[in-house]
Amino acid sequence: MITIEHVSRAFGGTVALGDVSLEIGRGQIFGVVGQSGAGKSTLLRTVNALERPDSGRVVVDGVQISHLRGQELRAARHGIGMVFQHFNLIGNRTVAQNVEFALEAVGHTRRDRAADAREMLDLVGLAARADAYPAQLSGGQRQRVGIARALASRPSVLLSDEATSALDPDTTRQILALLRRLSGELGLTIMLITHEMAVVKQICDAAALLEHGKVVEQGALTELIRTPGSRLAQDLFPLGDVPDIPGSAIIDLTFAGEEAQRPTITLLARTLNIDVSILGATIESIAGAQAGRTRLALPADPEVLTRAKAFFAEHDVAVEVVKAA
Amino acid sequence: MIDYSSPDFASQLFDTLLKGTLETLWMTGVATLFTILIGLPLGIVLVGTEKGRFLSTPFGSATAGVIINRVLGFLVNLGRSVPFIVLMIALIPLTRLVLGSFIGTGPAILPLTIIAIPFFARVVEIAVKEVDSGLLEASDSLGATRWQLVRRVILPETGPAIVLGIATTITSVINFSAMVGVVGGGGLGNVALTYGFQRYSWVHIVAVVIVLFVIVLIVQGVCNALARSLDHANRAGHAADVIGAGT
Repeated sequence: MITIEHVSRAFGGTVALGDVSLEIGRGQIFGVVGQSGAGKSTLLRTVNALERPDSGRVVVDGVQISHLRGQELRAARHGIGMVFQHFNLIGNRTVAQNVEFALEAVGHTRRDRAADAREMLDLVGLAARADAYPAQLSGGQRQRVGIARALASRPSVLLSDEATSALDPDTTRQILALLRRLSGELGLTIMLITHEMAVVKQICDAAALLEHGKVVEQGALTELIRTPGSRLAQDLFPLGDVPDIPGSAIIDLTFAGEEAQRPTITLLARTLNIDVSILGATIESIAGAQAGRTRLALPADPEVLTRAKAFFAEHDVAVEVVKAA
Repeated sequence: MIDYSSPDFASQLFDTLLKGTLETLWMTGVATLFTILIGLPLGIVLVGTEKGRFLSTPFGSATAGVIINRVLGFLVNLGRSVPFIVLMIALIPLTRLVLGSFIGTGPAILPLTIIAIPFFARVVEIAVKEVDSGLLEASDSLGATRWQLVRRVILPETGPAIVLGIATTITSVINFSAMVGVVGGGGLGNVALTYGFQRYSWVHIVAVVIVLFVIVLIVQGVCNALARSLDHANRAGHAADVIGAGT
């Protein structure tokens, strides 16, 4: 749905994006994470051509948007909604008028606009506040208006620029749940940027880690968490520093899907006839499925380690040895 | 000399003031109207054609944007730097060409408009620069046209500031209109000049000052109220709603 190919962008001498390529599938919720200054915002803005790449191209739904201008660009943008960290609502116009503005941009007649705006506000649960001004709303409500406005033209793609970063944790969860629901109902493809792992954990199917304008890792979350050494997986399931336990080897396991529910560790202890201590564990619901990581201490015996690895490979559990002895 | 004890004095003073006031209001009103019609788009274009802003590539050409910006900026600075009395005299040929005459209250409107436009355009310019760039970005992301951006985002957002700017502009125009007696224009300035200065009537001077003061008070009061009614972004009264709003 969104194809970003070898996109580079520099501001003065500073490289914001260096040869970035990403592929986001139809209906996916794709998170781009990274520190501030990593180029997330610039990358997101190339998708609706608020930012033009110096080289490379961006294709959205078969249209090469990075090279469009004028009327063609405006038409393409009607198919791509965007929500912002600070909502960017017009303060002197009512909630309904803010949404109607999006419909006017698409060219709807005045009569259609009022009804369609109402419908959008219904969709985000704010129909009762249609005649309020943004200053009269809470942050969460303002973002709902932002979402209604972004989706008013019935786009197939939604871009989210740190949409929940200005909101408290509870409101963040509600807004993310709303996005998740709408993506299902409307068949939306969502690309979001965030610096909060909790956001990725709650709604993303896939993610990319951006660092200094380069993609360091990318993939489906269920794949990433099974990838040994994955930085994203470690950030999603932090197990803390590796403790120094003399005479023990330490391994990290990643369970995903059905594996998360099986008694694999007790089975390991019985099969290999060894003592196992669990140093840390975390289980989360990710991309709609259970997934978790567990850190184990085993006897520091190379043979035990080899057999343990073979055992987990057989049971489809990803293993990473963090300390051999 | 004026005979204050004359039985007709009060009614003559009233008639003189009324005529002067109506002339002042007429000149100021028409000049302000044209000032807004020309100065508002001028101010918006002045900001918009700056590098990287929303009208920086009119007709798809960045060069056109730079040229428009330079030319308009030059004209505005020129207009702002010429003293009104000089401008008024310099404009006599143009006034005669456009209006057929350069003497009287009507013809005085042209120099008044020309002096007020650059002033008001700067007021608009400052207001437009204050518009949150996030709003312009949101408008772009929605695929809105430039006209929709101006009509639906920039005008509502700058409305309160522009209305207050109009109050300042009207006050300045009233101020300048006192000088049009030089080209035979009427108005309260002319009353003060002919009765107060040439015929030593302090009563006329005081009366003119009071009338002007009241006009300015009313203009400012009306504009303040209008600006408040247009401003929904920063109203203290909204705070109570926010507290009760929840998510």
